[in-house]
Amino acid sequence: MEVYLDNSATTMSYPEVGELVYKVMCRDYGNPSSMHRKGVEAEHYIRESKETIARILKVSAKEIFFTSGGTESDNLALIGCARANRRAGNHLITTSIEHPAILNTMRYLEEEEGFRVTYLPVDSKGKVKLEALKEALCPQTILVSVMYVNNEVGTVQPVREAAEIVKKYNPSILFHTDAVQGFGKYHIYPKRMGIDLLTASGHKIHGPKGIGFLYIGEKVKIKPVMYGGEQQKNIRSGTENVPGIAGLGLAAKMIYQDLDMKVALMRELKSHFLEGVAKIENTTVHGFTDEGSAPHIISVGVAGIRSEVLLHALEDKGIYVSSGSACSSNHPAVSGVLKGIGAAREYLDATLRFSMSEFTTKEEIDYTLETLYNCIPMLRKYTRH
Amino acid sequence: MRFHSFLIKYGEIGIKGKNRYMFEDALVRQIRYALRGVDGNFLVHKCHGRVYVDCDGEYDYEETVEGLKRVFGIVGICPVVRVKVAELEQLKEDVVHYMEQMYPEKNFTFKVEARRANKRYPVNSMEINCALGEAVLDAFPDTKVDVHNPDVKLNVEIREEVYIYSEIIPGPGGMPVGTNGSAMLLLSGGIDSPVAGYMIAKRGVEIEAVYFHAPPYTSERAKEKVVDLARLVSKYAGPIRLHVVNFTDIQLYIYEKCPHEELTIIMRRYMMRIAEQFAKMDGCLGLVTGESIGQVASQTMQSLAATNAVCTLPVYRPLIGFDKREIVDISQKIDTYEVSIQPFEDCCTIFVAKHPVTKPNVERMEKSEQNLTEKIDELVRTAVETAEVIRVEYTN
Repeated sequence: MEVYLDNSATTMSYPEVGELVYKVMCRDYGNPSSMHRKGVEAEHYIRESKETIARILKVSAKEIFFTSGGTESDNLALIGCARANRRAGNHLITTSIEHPAILNTMRYLEEEEGFRVTYLPVDSKGKVKLEALKEALCPQTILVSVMYVNNEVGTVQPVREAAEIVKKYNPSILFHTDAVQGFGKYHIYPKRMGIDLLTASGHKIHGPKGIGFLYIGEKVKIKPVMYGGEQQKNIRSGTENVPGIAGLGLAAKMIYQDLDMKVALMRELKSHFLEGVAKIENTTVHGFTDEGSAPHIISVGVAGIRSEVLLHALEDKGIYVSSGSACSSNHPAVSGVLKGIGAAREYLDATLRFSMSEFTTKEEIDYTLETLYNCIPMLRKYTRH
Repeated sequence: MRFHSFLIKYGEIGIKGKNRYMFEDALVRQIRYALRGVDGNFLVHKCHGRVYVDCDGEYDYEETVEGLKRVFGIVGICPVVRVKVAELEQLKEDVVHYMEQMYPEKNFTFKVEARRANKRYPVNSMEINCALGEAVLDAFPDTKVDVHNPDVKLNVEIREEVYIYSEIIPGPGGMPVGTNGSAMLLLSGGIDSPVAGYMIAKRGVEIEAVYFHAPPYTSERAKEKVVDLARLVSKYAGPIRLHVVNFTDIQLYIYEKCPHEELTIIMRRYMMRIAEQFAKMDGCLGLVTGESIGQVASQTMQSLAATNAVCTLPVYRPLIGFDKREIVDISQKIDTYEVSIQPFEDCCTIFVAKHPVTKPNVERMEKSEQNLTEKIDELVRTAVETAEVIRVEYTN
């Protein structure tokens, strides 16, 4: 049996998306900037995708900008806004548990461009402390970035409340959210929530890799970070990735079809899995186990077994999961998020992330639990002294 | 400047006696192998006790030199300009043209060294030396002749054609691979073992390798890393047969039955035994490891003796007297360093005790190993039988 429980790292494309991408690559391959019919055809795909996404977010299609994915969207949002609003101030705020695409970009702005950055602490469940946000805001603050769902432990951040605090303090401070793990799981309406910029990625929602978008509210002052042919209103130059854009649009449309039902199913599977995990001695679940956590992410600490070992043992049985966060598994350093939430020492190096999708079944979860029941006692027998 | 040939200088081979042709043939073979993926048509041939690579038509100079620099046995690579045999006057012109192209800065000392292999040429070597030296001095008044310690030694050889060369690009030295039998390298994912393989291959030895992996304790990536390392070594050593042995069950069994602080040594003794089995099956004449005295607990003199005791084949340890720094230097030179430092766990470190024995003695190890008699033979047999063999070869 093959069980893919690493959907927060990436997802399988919807077959329909694959077919559409193929069609756009091989048949409707025009350059959207070309004057002729082939170009117009290509442009149609872009417009359709924009409109689909705009409908989902209840924003205007002209506020959607396509990028190469989450990382680029985050870079564009932070660097582009920081540079464009520098005259209003030099203070940025984010949280200490953001994805490296945010954290390292912030660090860059700090070290190379002279901005001051405040990293907000989180509580033991991985939720950002709003009190700290209130204290951090100051007249120089120009941008606040808070992720929607934490990618490692799944904690949903109080984005609406945070945005409210920010806007109340000073409506001209920009509010960005990295919603890579939230888009496709939640109904997110930036305009109602005070969100000025929102990052999302294609391959986390059964779309292609190498494509994502940044929602940029109409009034936001932003500068490009790449220069070139002035496509996408000169905010993001470069010939548009039309196959990716078309695929992203279709994937967004499909994932939001019957979303509430899909999420309810995932929640059911998640609680079933959590019940099962609770039966194993010396394990813990990081973050919330209720609605405070995303429906698809489960972060489990298994004391006494290094995550890499358990990961490969599961892999051997056809079960694919991540240790900590897939993005950081090239660096076996201990997860900053787990440290941030004050996880016990025995779990820092012994935590696996299981992440589901709408395709995950009860059989798969049962098989995974079964495998854990078999593997864990065996692996615990042999440990490093 | 366009070169038409490379003159290959070889060191030690030259002093071989009646076997010399064997070494030369191996060198020619290895050169052909190294150049097989390079753009261009190359004719590699022996001629008057020398090896030449003639490059007719278009070829990639950089790639060719890179390829030659990886062939053990080569001490120097001289890029040669070939011109037709002609009157002395024409020859002077050719040489001046050569010097002009090669040395845009003209204030150097030089010496002409002519060789007249083709004795039908009417002027003798000494006369050629004088005539060409004069021509160069006339053409570039800033140059000086220095016959004892010249900056530039201009070689002019009269054969079927005239060979002009003055530069020597250093080669890796050593002996052509394939002239000294074969050996089985214990390849881990670390920095040392690929270097050990390189060093042994440098002495003309063909290499096979064995890697012990321990899923799920070591990952697929750790194995890929070892394949990558083998591929980099094969750049110099030629194709390598890599035996991948699943070592998990043996390791766990030792863990269960033997004192924990002896685990590493006993494990290594079984690795040696298994490696030796493969070596004997494939006709290898020795084992090769990357050990260096005292580097870690399992590499003290006592530990080396304890692991050595299980082998009947000689165990070669080319890095035995090297410091880590020296090993790292070589690994950087042969490009294995970057791969070696990727952080994947290897099977030697996963169950390592906090305080492993550093002065094991053979008798005690043997006594501990008696705890294993029930299942170990079966486990070793299975490990050997189920080993995967991967043929690894570097291609440009």
